[in-house]
Amino acid sequence: MLAAIGVPSVDALFDRQIPEAVRLRRPLKLPAGRGEQEVFAHLGELAAKNVSAEDELSFLGAGMYDHYVPALIDMLMGRSEFLTPYTPYQPEISQGGLQVMFEYQTAISELTALPVANASVYEGPSAVAAAGYLAKLHNGAKRFVVSAGLHPHSIQTLRTQAHGYGMEVVEVPLTTGSAGDAPGAGGGVTDPDAWAGAIDGDTSAAIFAQPNFYGAVEDAEALSAAAKSAGQPVVVAQVDPITLGILAPPGECGVDVAVGEGQALGNRLDFGGPSFGLFAAREEYLRRMPGRIAGETTDVDGRRGFVLTLQTREQHIRREKATSNICTAQALNALAGVVYLTWLGRQGIVELGELLLARTHYAREQLAALDGVERLHEQPVVREFALRLDADVSAVRRRCAAQGVNPGADLQALTGREEDHGGLLVAITEQRSRADIDRLVEVLGEAVAAVRGGEDASGLSSRVESPRVESNEAQTVPA
Amino acid sequence: MSAIAELPLQRDHATTIFQKGAPGRRAFMCPELDVPAVDPEQLLPERYRRVRPPRLPEVSEPEIVRHYVGISKRNFDLDSGFYPLGSCTMKHNPRLHERVAALPGHARLHPLQDPERAQGALELMWNLQGALAEISGLPHVSLQPSAGSHGELAGVLLTRAYHEDRGETRHKVLTPDTAHGTNPATVTMAGLEVVKVATNAAGGVDIEDLRAKADRDVACLMLTNPNTLGLFDPNITEIAEIVHGVGATLYYDGANLNAVMGISRPGDMGFDIVHFNLHKSFTQPHGGGGPGSGPIAVSDRIAPYLPVPVIVRDQDGAFDLDHEPEGAGSKSIGRLRGFQGNYGCFVRSYAYICSLGGDGLKDASEAAVLNANYLLARLRDKNAHSPVAEYLPLAYGELCMHEFVLSGGPMKRTLQIKTLDLAKRLLDFGFHPPTVYFPLLVEEALMVEPTETETKETLDAFAEAIGAILREAAEDPEIARQAPYTTPVRRLDEVHAAKHPVIRETLG
Amino acid sequence: MAEANYPTDLLYHPEHDWARIDPADPQTATLGITWYAQDALGEVVFFDPPAVGTTLVKDEPYAEVESVKAVSDVLAPMSGEIVEVNGDLAADPGAINEDPYGGGWLVKIRLADSSERDALLDAAAYSATLGG
Repeated sequence: MLAAIGVPSVDALFDRQIPEAVRLRRPLKLPAGRGEQEVFAHLGELAAKNVSAEDELSFLGAGMYDHYVPALIDMLMGRSEFLTPYTPYQPEISQGGLQVMFEYQTAISELTALPVANASVYEGPSAVAAAGYLAKLHNGAKRFVVSAGLHPHSIQTLRTQAHGYGMEVVEVPLTTGSAGDAPGAGGGVTDPDAWAGAIDGDTSAAIFAQPNFYGAVEDAEALSAAAKSAGQPVVVAQVDPITLGILAPPGECGVDVAVGEGQALGNRLDFGGPSFGLFAAREEYLRRMPGRIAGETTDVDGRRGFVLTLQTREQHIRREKATSNICTAQALNALAGVVYLTWLGRQGIVELGELLLARTHYAREQLAALDGVERLHEQPVVREFALRLDADVSAVRRRCAAQGVNPGADLQALTGREEDHGGLLVAITEQRSRADIDRLVEVLGEAVAAVRGGEDASGLSSRVESPRVESNEAQTVPA
Repeated sequence: MSAIAELPLQRDHATTIFQKGAPGRRAFMCPELDVPAVDPEQLLPERYRRVRPPRLPEVSEPEIVRHYVGISKRNFDLDSGFYPLGSCTMKHNPRLHERVAALPGHARLHPLQDPERAQGALELMWNLQGALAEISGLPHVSLQPSAGSHGELAGVLLTRAYHEDRGETRHKVLTPDTAHGTNPATVTMAGLEVVKVATNAAGGVDIEDLRAKADRDVACLMLTNPNTLGLFDPNITEIAEIVHGVGATLYYDGANLNAVMGISRPGDMGFDIVHFNLHKSFTQPHGGGGPGSGPIAVSDRIAPYLPVPVIVRDQDGAFDLDHEPEGAGSKSIGRLRGFQGNYGCFVRSYAYICSLGGDGLKDASEAAVLNANYLLARLRDKNAHSPVAEYLPLAYGELCMHEFVLSGGPMKRTLQIKTLDLAKRLLDFGFHPPTVYFPLLVEEALMVEPTETETKETLDAFAEAIGAILREAAEDPEIARQAPYTTPVRRLDEVHAAKHPVIRETLG
Repeated sequence: MAEANYPTDLLYHPEHDWARIDPADPQTATLGITWYAQDALGEVVFFDPPAVGTTLVKDEPYAEVESVKAVSDVLAPMSGEIVEVNGDLAADPGAINEDPYGGGWLVKIRLADSSERDALLDAAAYSATLGG
């Protein structure tokens, strides 16, 4: 090969192209390579240091959920033809992937009751930020109004990006209520007066979550209508797709753009990623939608086929005027999503929603009956809810962990809000049976009682604040 | 062209899953309701309820399997054939990576699990960060960005934060006119303005043009090195001096890192911010268009602005996630996405780095550059009676790094077939075509990147195929112009799809 | 339109836009893109005109023409206010390719300053800018 090229050595190829001053003349300070068996063992050792949903009874949620992933999804995602190809730029040999995108777009459009959907974006919070950017391109108005019920990561991501293009983000608080309020009142939803008051002609987008971060079902129709009365913003809803079998969909509630985290649809937890973000909108926003879109057409012989379409919106042609800079979609994760929705089917998605609704209600009832535990709000909930504990949440969670139960997420740690002090966010999936919920009630009850009674979390070493190692500059991989 | 009988896959018409099934069919069996029944209105008042269920398919599991397995066969893929897509680094995806990513300790780990019970995950991320720091020569790493373009956005936001913190407002970002399309879009999203820098006759940055345009209103120069012409810019040190001289930062687009691992480090070239594409050099499978992952590495002066959360380690070796480094005075640009990033991709890329080790990564780059130069030499070899060199000359330079760009201009004028036609005809030969019509600077561009995991035999076969197509075109250009013939569908009407977009199945 | 063609009764902007001052009413002009522009773009798939009443500023973009592969800004050769837009292009954007100076017209404007015509090129001068 070297002879064909006409150079004496491989090194010569670099000598002739790279100045000596920037040549690395020492080996990389990384451990030596190892064979498959040893690498597998090492990755297994690391896995063993993690407590996964396999190892404990977990009620963690807050955006990602431990749903059951059917075996056929593992099989399909592992197929060479879906796992290893590139983006379908040569459509004649990419009809499989393009058809999956088209079917996925159809499924998301059905789920959200909005006519146009793209082939996926990265994940939930950045989908919210992308919707904000769409609104900015659409109307050029000055600020975003967001409900405090939006996922904290969505609000933070939106702020980071909005700072980039100079737009303000204004947060509207939730209502406060108390235990015993009638359903519908009782706190935990976007304050309607504050919402209407915050929106005006300078509002580019009005964004809320359904259900919201505290698990409460919002009055989506009222929020959309109020937004459109107060100004002309793009109304954006961040939705939980698993609830769309039983909750009124955004397209029927006056929402213009629906986005959401797709992980619950056939994707694993994977410590937070990769997953996919869904993105659907009214027809008028089609040409402003970010990301990839598959469209139907015919070939020269009249066969039905699919192509990437409306690509002029994308970064590689419009360059500065692109609707976003997204280059990759999440094709493989979206494949899992559409297969999952197909597996659930028309009946299944409704049945699953009803099951979650019933079990979530039961869980909240039973837990709120414990001493020192009360509902944070009285709203209807579908698959997740917030409680307030009269005990230190960290201590309670540690005690539960020692019993093999993860009771849910520390609410205040996620939102940073004073009013969320003592908050616990509990998520239910179809994998949490009644017996599991009863066990949670038992363990949480004991833990709260013990911590209130003055016992701290025994059995687990407390985290001593050790001085921090400065950086991980050239940390070596352990041999 | 004599008639070809319709191939089986061509006879199989595209039907979507929505056109299959029958009422009442199902795959999912819902677990039994095991809690007491409650009045539905009390559970969820009617005004919040969905009236018409979404019209998802009604199909059984065997139907689902047959459908998706069937359409998978209408896809070309890397396991099945050669994919010399320039700037995409389509190298082999080892299956070990799928096996380790599926271990429940990794796959079923919730992102909000307490750090003390996710030490394996944090250690993996810490080690991966360290490896990327060593490979790039920049010590501070964030794994958070979701893909290359996301990493670029992070880089530009970091640059802005750095300047703002020093009380400076700068408006411009310089990019070469050979830059990948993502760069200008990213800059606009970050509220800055793109200014193009010219390319010189050798294919590198035009130093005089750079000098003229580099002023104190420039925030950053975004480059990739080697560039999208596959050429290492020999003036990189001078470029860095010019840019740093006006107080601007230098950003490295890691799309072409596969050429230089263990050989040259962006940090040593003078770059301040680097982004990596784990789905390129670090063999995260492309998945037909994602997922990917785009970590970034930065120099000391940029470190304070890195996104949160940051992984930290205490003296006892325990890992944690810090959401407020430096406390309330944090200068971080904030979050770029939910949770910590695409951990599933970290697991795979980490396994890859463990498998190869430092020497192996260097071998990979050496082989990538060797393969590209060999293929280039084969294509230009006049002794092989190949017309390639005449019709598809190399656009710039003599040698190349891991990829090279040919121009189809002479081919278009002399043989009356365009790069597009050549690409379509290659499909009939069982190859995925190289990247076409990029970079825009080259007429009828064809960007070829073989990667290190291809054998010499494959490269020879590819060169043969190109030669054969050109010889065929000299006899009858119409053959390539009507290609492909043997693929599941033939050329598709993209104009129609853009004029009349139909992006979902219509349901009754 | 298969052959390059630059009618002599039009005025041209170097960025490949034309203006036809209405012989019957010199305060109005019709605007469009040239043969060169439509040829570079390829088959046009979409054109969404700005609203009647929009103000155009000379040399500034006022709309976009989209083909399958690219999108291009359309620049105003002269300043003015839009009085009419070509509604036929919604159904048939291809008219911009087939008949760029006739059925492919984009907008009609009331001119703000007819002396701006002096800055434009005639057909010969514009052709010359296109090179051989």
